[in-house]
Amino acid sequence: MAGSRLLTYKEKNTWIHRLSGVTKMLFFLLWSITGMLTYDTRILIVMLILSFVIFALSRTEWAQVGTVFKFILLFLCLNLLAVYAFSPHQGTIIYGTETVLAFSGRYSLTAEQLFYEFNIMLKYLTVTPVVLMFIVTTNPSEFAASLNKLGISYNVGYAIAIALRYVPDVQADFTKIKHAQEARGIEMSSKTSLWNRLKKMSMIIFPLLFSSMDRIDVVSNAMELRGFGKHKKRTWYMARKLTRNDYLTLAFVVAFAAIALAITFSDGSRFYNPFV
Amino acid sequence: MTPIIEFKNYTFKYRSQTEPTLLDINLSIYPGEKVLIVGPSGSGKSTLAHCINGMVPFSFPGESTGTLTVNGMDPAQTGIFGMSKSVGTVLQDTDGQFIGLTVAEDVAFALENDCVAQEKMFELVDRVAETVDIKRLLEHAPTELSGGQKQRVSMAGVLVDDVDILLFDEPLANLDPATGKRAIDLIDRIHREKKKTVLIIEHRLEDVLYRDVDRIIVIGEGRVVADQKPDDLLVSDVLIREGIREPLYVTALKHAGCQLTAEDKPEHIETMRLERHREKIREWYGKVTLPDPKGEKEPALEILDLDFSYISGNPILANIHFRINRGEMLSIVGKNGAGKSTLSNLICGFLNPDRGKILLNGADIADKSIKERGEVIGLVMQNPNQMISKPMIFDEVALGLTVRGVPEDEVKERVGETLKICGLYPFRNWPISALSFGQKKRVTIASILVMNPSVLILDEPTAGQDYRHYTEIMEFLKELNEKYGITIVMITHDMHLMLEYTDRAIVIADGQLIADDTPANVLTNEQIADRAYLKKTSLYDLAVKCGIEDASGFAERFIYYERQVRENGRLQTADL
Repeated sequence: MAGSRLLTYKEKNTWIHRLSGVTKMLFFLLWSITGMLTYDTRILIVMLILSFVIFALSRTEWAQVGTVFKFILLFLCLNLLAVYAFSPHQGTIIYGTETVLAFSGRYSLTAEQLFYEFNIMLKYLTVTPVVLMFIVTTNPSEFAASLNKLGISYNVGYAIAIALRYVPDVQADFTKIKHAQEARGIEMSSKTSLWNRLKKMSMIIFPLLFSSMDRIDVVSNAMELRGFGKHKKRTWYMARKLTRNDYLTLAFVVAFAAIALAITFSDGSRFYNPFV
Repeated sequence: MTPIIEFKNYTFKYRSQTEPTLLDINLSIYPGEKVLIVGPSGSGKSTLAHCINGMVPFSFPGESTGTLTVNGMDPAQTGIFGMSKSVGTVLQDTDGQFIGLTVAEDVAFALENDCVAQEKMFELVDRVAETVDIKRLLEHAPTELSGGQKQRVSMAGVLVDDVDILLFDEPLANLDPATGKRAIDLIDRIHREKKKTVLIIEHRLEDVLYRDVDRIIVIGEGRVVADQKPDDLLVSDVLIREGIREPLYVTALKHAGCQLTAEDKPEHIETMRLERHREKIREWYGKVTLPDPKGEKEPALEILDLDFSYISGNPILANIHFRINRGEMLSIVGKNGAGKSTLSNLICGFLNPDRGKILLNGADIADKSIKERGEVIGLVMQNPNQMISKPMIFDEVALGLTVRGVPEDEVKERVGETLKICGLYPFRNWPISALSFGQKKRVTIASILVMNPSVLILDEPTAGQDYRHYTEIMEFLKELNEKYGITIVMITHDMHLMLEYTDRAIVIADGQLIADDTPANVLTNEQIADRAYLKKTSLYDLAVKCGIEDASGFAERFIYYERQVRENGRLQTADL
């Protein structure tokens, strides 16, 4: 398997990769919560800059996340348009002033609205790099171990890890089945209507389901034979102890979240208002 | 000595079945023994293994009478987890039982579940990785491993637990012959060095006998049919009666009319005493005459100078050049990952060659779509579950026609006819889920045949099948070939299949075509066999030991004779 597969963990030696999965997960959670709660533009801009710095430090390649990133950007644009379409004066309601820049009537474009939507965009952009980075820098097994450490049942963590284990196998099955069905004359190309394509898709999905079910049978037997589920607890080969860097990172993100939220709510509103 | 495993008047019936699967089993296995358990599919040999590791009755419920003691415990009381401390099971699906995301994690899996401290795990995993020689693979993901390597990982995964009994469930099923040989060697080494009790369940008898076993237990219809030393068993007719393939050299000796005794030591051809039989063999060799080879035929499929690579500079196939004649039955062989499947993908149009041409009946098919090629070149996949997409047999077989818009009457007629050819007509209104594996295979073949292809490509048509089912599938294919003139290409690493059923073998190793010759020649040529991860046939050793120079000619005569015997319906020893 050469090249980088989309959105999968890739071993690299950076300090971010060396952090424990627990740390990265807590960082990612606190970071996202802060990003979602605050509408304080100053904080969002600081977070945005930090996000991109972290992203660069993790040495994530464009090939690993590019497609997903583009997809998120598209979604962001749609979201911004939708906000404008459904509540074109949300900005005015929030900031209390109205500075019309263009158009008039229901869809008059106000500076407040633009500023409000700019904040939404910032929120997306502060959270996205951190999420992507979390996915591509965290070893799934170690992640499962981390979830377990946070008190979540190891069954959940293992379910995720094992799903990731079998993704390449199921992908290979899918290609094989698709080819065989195409040879039998079931065309998957875009020549036919959507309904027909869906119907034909089922001719791949069923064999895929059945062969995956065979697989599940084997795996669950194999897991049981080797004692999975014997105890309430288990240990993890891939577990990582928290190091100094982990504590520093955690301390930083807790402090950052606390300060950011303190600033945000200091004046009793989540919004930073440049218009008054 | 007290046995480590002891069945006493043991009978077991699955909850879902009306008849017991194991009947009145009395069997003792002693500590440190290495025992081979053979039997056809459905004989109950796997059930026997499941009783030992606790899968029966916990994963597969049912009722039992009599007693079973394993390492002083009753598996039905102790449970799967408890038994896993005494019995390590290596399943046949090396891919499916790979649980971890990397080799190291997979090996450590049992330790993790036992809450072993991480430091201790590192140490244990390292040590066991050394034993099975996978130390440099510890960081690798399963997709980066070969079948043989995966099996080593599975072995390491049960060895970390320091179990007393190792249970191998068809360890050779997914391996090419040379890798299988190595696996047997490794099992033997572990048995000797670690003083474990080893149970091997397998129907590829000759391959397991590459290394000594203490006893062979034959299971037939739920009963212990034989429990003997290999030398004693091989000279009896138990194996043939139970539908298990004898080692080829033993069959050859029997065909030649030699009266074998245990004193001949027939367990290994290398050390067998053949003095008494040499003359008989030579005499038989002189008597069998081969028919004249079939005349030159027109080509059905021509592969001209084919190159293919996924990443340029890293060729998967290079300069592949050969032809397949109309009405031929041909095998494409080579180790896993040699490029055999890539070749069939190129022929079917799933991939496009970087260079070279593929001609079908003299015409270039480069501009033909997958669908168009599918009408003339039919592909049957290894696992029938990967092809079947309809619940009913009739609909499944009709699928290729209905999507092509063939009128309903014609569909009905053609499907009916195909089902008759395939012996499935009586089942036409059955749901596919009610069929056995072999019957499902037939359905997939029927669903391709219905389109009247001129070439049929089958990927490992008999993988995982016992001798009886193997013969059933292969005889059916032979009939298609002989009666209906369909050209049949089989991608395989089953040496028996290529030897017994194909006229020619295309051997691919590391992306190169290294031989295009009769199977008898390929399998008696050490150099080719080595490069392609095949194994030289034991007929070669037999011929050499009897002073017959033309070993390939000897193998060919043997196959021809076998075919005659089979066609006359006698699988017993016969005189000319």
